[in-house]
This record gives sequence, C-alpha cells and structure tokens, in this order.
Amino acid sequence: MSSVAEVTTRQTGRYSLRDRLVRVLKQIYRDRECYLFLLPFGTIFTLFTVVPVIMSIGLSFTHFNMLQPARFIGINNYLRLFLEDDVFLIAVKNTLIYAAITGPLSYLGCFVLAWFINDFKPAVRAFLALLFYAPSISGNAFMIWTYIFSGDTYGVVNGVLMHWGIITQPIQWLIDPRFIMPICIVVVLWMSLGTSFLVFIAGLQGLDPQLFEAGAIDGVRNRWQELWYITLPQMKGHLMFGAIIAITNSFTAASAITNLVQDSLTTDYAAHTIVQHLQDYGTVRFDMGYACAIAVVLFFAMVVCQRVIQKLLDRMGR
Amino acid sequence: MISIRNKRLARSAGGDAVVFVFLLLAASFTALPIVFAISNAFKPLSELFLFPPRLFVRNPTLANFQDLFMLMAQSWVPMTRYLLNSLIIVALGTVGNVLAASMAAYILSTRKFIGANLFMGMVVLSLMFSQEVTAIPNYIVLAKLGWIDTYAAVIVPAWGSTLGLYLMRKFIDAMVPVELLEAARIDGASEFRTYWGIVMPIVKPAWLTMIILMFQNLWANTGGHFIYSEQLKPLPHALNQIVEGGVARQGVGAAVTVLMMILPITVFVINQSQIIETMGTSGMAN
Repeated sequence: MSSVAEVTTRQTGRYSLRDRLVRVLKQIYRDRECYLFLLPFGTIFTLFTVVPVIMSIGLSFTHFNMLQPARFIGINNYLRLFLEDDVFLIAVKNTLIYAAITGPLSYLGCFVLAWFINDFKPAVRAFLALLFYAPSISGNAFMIWTYIFSGDTYGVVNGVLMHWGIITQPIQWLIDPRFIMPICIVVVLWMSLGTSFLVFIAGLQGLDPQLFEAGAIDGVRNRWQELWYITLPQMKGHLMFGAIIAITNSFTAASAITNLVQDSLTTDYAAHTIVQHLQDYGTVRFDMGYACAIAVVLFFAMVVCQRVIQKLLDRMGR
Repeated sequence: MISIRNKRLARSAGGDAVVFVFLLLAASFTALPIVFAISNAFKPLSELFLFPPRLFVRNPTLANFQDLFMLMAQSWVPMTRYLLNSLIIVALGTVGNVLAASMAAYILSTRKFIGANLFMGMVVLSLMFSQEVTAIPNYIVLAKLGWIDTYAAVIVPAWGSTLGLYLMRKFIDAMVPVELLEAARIDGASEFRTYWGIVMPIVKPAWLTMIILMFQNLWANTGGHFIYSEQLKPLPHALNQIVEGGVARQGVGAAVTVLMMILPITVFVINQSQIIETMGTSGMAN
C-alpha cells in the first residue's frame, strides 16, 4: 500500500509538512470510494445536524432574543446559569433523579424483556413484542394517562379510590407537587420500551445458534449462565447502543412531562428538568442564547455519563 | 405453555414459570392504557363521563368514528390529501434514511480511512445534543435552501437521522464476519456489490428495525413550522385540529388515537415477522 516516497520519508525520519500533506492527499485519493459512500449521508448530516449544533454552541455565547441580531456577551450565560439561576439547580437535581431512576430501569427492562421473549415461537414473540412496544407506537396514546390521573372525579385513579372510600376528595395528581414527579417517572418508564427494546430483539435474533449449542456441550447449565457467558459478550455493541439511548431518553424525559402536565412548568418546579428549563427560556421567554447555554451544559453531562458507561461495558466479559 | 426456540437448551420449567409471570405483569402494565384507549373509542358519551369510570365499554358504539368522519368530511382540504401528504413524507423519508445511513455505516464499519473515526464520533455525540435548540438553526438552514413549505423540509433532514447510522454500524460490526468481506474482495466484488448483495441481506433485522422507528417518527410529524400550506400538511396536523375542539370532542379524540395507531401497528407486525423469517432462512452464520 505505501508508496516509495512514503518509505523514503520514513527512513530519513523527517516529515516535512509538504510530505505529510501529500501522503494524506494520496490516502484520501486511494480511498475515494469510501468518501463516495459517505457523501449522501455526510452532506445531509453536516447541513442539518453539524451546522445547527455549531450555530447553537455559538449562540450560547450571545444574547439572542430571535428578533434582534445576536449580541456577543462571552461566558455571561454560563455564569448566570451556575451562579444566579436557582431554578436551574432544582432542574439539575430533578434531572439527575430522573436519569438515575429511569435510565437504569428502562435499560434493564428493555434488555430483560427482549431476552425473555426471544425464547418464544415467532408468532407469539411478535405479539408479545407488540404488547410491550404498544406505548411507543402511537404518538399520543400516553395522553390516556392524563385521563387516568385526571384531577376531577372522572379520573380513573380518583374514581377508584373514592369508590373504595380511601379518599373523600379528589386529588390533583398532576398539580400537587408531591405526586407529579413519581407519576412522571411511572409514565416515562411505561414509555421506555422503545428503540432499545427493538434493537435488542433484533440483536438477539442475530446471534449464532451454534454458540448456544456449543455452550450447552461445554457445560452451560441454565439460562443465567448462558446469558452471562454467551449472550452478553456477544451483545456488547447493541448494549452500547442501548446505553446511549437510555442516557438521552432519561436526561431528556421532559417532553413526556410537558405533555402530561400540559405545560412546560410544574407546580413549585416539582418536576422541573433541564430540558424544561431550556424550553422555558427558548420558547416562552425568547432568551435563545441562554437556552443554548443550557443545551451545551446538558450535552456535556450526557457525554460524561456515556464515557463512564463505555468504560463499564468495556470491562464486561474480560 | 411456553415453546422454546433453542430446543430446550439450558432451560428449566421453574425458570419458565418465573419468566411467564414476569411477562404477564409487564404486559398488563404496558398494554393497559392502549386497551383503555381502544375501549374509549367505542364508548358512547354517557360512558365516557361515567363515575366511577369503567375500563371496558359496556354498550359499544361507532358514534365516535361517525362523528370523526363527519368532521373530516367538512374539512376544506380533503382528508385524502392530508393522508397522501403523510404517505409521501413517510415513504420517501424512511427509504432515503435507510439507504443513506446504511451506505455510510457499511463503509465506516468495513474500511479504515482518514476521517472515519472523527465522523463516527460526531455521529455519536450528535445523538446527545438537544433537538430543542437546534430547531431554530435548522429552520435557518432550510430557509437558506429555500425548502421551507415543501415536502423536502421534512423529508431531507430525515435522511440524515443519526440514530439509524449508529444502529446499522453496530449491527454490521456484530454480524458481518471479516472473512466474508475478504472473500468478496478476492472474488473481485465491487464495494457497492458487497454492500448491496452481501452485507444488506445479513443485517436485515437492523434495517427492518430502522424502518419501524423512522416510519413511526415521520408518521407522527405534523409539519410544524416547516410546512405551513394547509394542502401540504400531513394527517396528524388535520386530526389534531379536530380533537382540539374541546371536551365534547373527547370521544372523537379517542377515535383519532385508535385510527392513527392502525398503520404503525401493521408495519410493526409485518416487520417483526420478517425479522424472524430472515433468521430462519439466511443460514449465513452456519
């Protein structure tokens, strides 16, 4: 592969800038087909993801109300966020609680259920998969929860509790700060059997059956040993994928809350998360620069979390 | 009761019972609100506002659907046009994303070249950046391209959806043996032929899953600020407007929920049964 020019530079041990540039260009030319394959996706990805993200990061250093041109204010947004904004600290606390509860639980739930139903006959499995995936399949089926937890006597929970005489007055489930957070967590968990669940099903289906036969011969006695010694190590890539989904979903679970409470704000900020804080500033207060700063902070929090999980998964099966 | 695919390898009856009870509990938790939604769609108004509420409908009626169809017939843009808009967006968006993302994922997974790792890193990082704040820069980009208020404003960005690329990459890494790629190269198969003829059939479960996810995503799309002409708006936009009529439309709302579920569920079931068939027939791994 390496050209003569390359070998000579390597022998002399000197890399002039020009030589290196020539070498890089030669490699790019040699792999031109690769870039051709990457071109359609790469162009669209750059236009609609990379450029907007860079613009958002840029805006986080400005004051921008979407009407007047953005004005550069350095790191003032970040200083304000960490030093002056008490509500942001509540949002950080709530987001961490959400992420800590819904992240691992939904991740485990997705894998365990996908693994369990993998043993069934195809038709049964498709049916079970549908039952579990049902909450994700319809955009607004979860609005049914607003009906279940409705604050009047027509709400299902209030109706049942009053019927049994446990409570005499209907409870304002989605307004009372004591109940909002737990209810939101339940609803988010209910909706969490989504993308990762499907990916795990497909991943498990793709495993080589011979591995399991070999395992049985080598003395794998029960399903748990099979899981630990054969299935999990084979599923590493899928598990990393699921982890990223779990992180983004649990850190940004706010949209479910916003829809549930039908407002981006909750009483006493009881279920206020970072994304809701962001929505509040971005779409209600038109303080886009500040909203972008919040997004950047959230992004770094997720990246740190992802790195930690990557480390943990790398250690598995060693 | 439980049929085991793996020819009863390493399975005990006790374990099966535990699994079954667990699945039953989990399924009732996830399926209950859907059952409730379907049941509501067939409830007459008197039962919808019953105290205490009932889970199952007692006197099923099609009144909610009749009301809905009557309201739909009154719409000045015919409902079939909204449906057509939705179908165009869903079909082109999904197919484009599967093709673009799988081509990129194939080359990133099988070849080493300058910038490949950087590109992949950017894709993974972008999954973690809030969509909320990129919406405005996105609008600016689309406006500069002159695509606002065209189908392209929704379709083309969907082609670059990063989730699909990441998913395809993980599956190609896990399922396609390096020896197979080398054999194809020795046989003189072109890069495109290897991608289309060898790799894509192996990772069928991955792109079937991608289709489900993308279909659903685009099916729920209302056009938002990107499409504002009424005759170009997709179906959810029209149905949302009907439901927003207030409390009296609660029954109609339940009917809409059920109606909107039909197509995604159909696609899901067909897809899931395809995943299974692939595994039964491919024999690639053997």
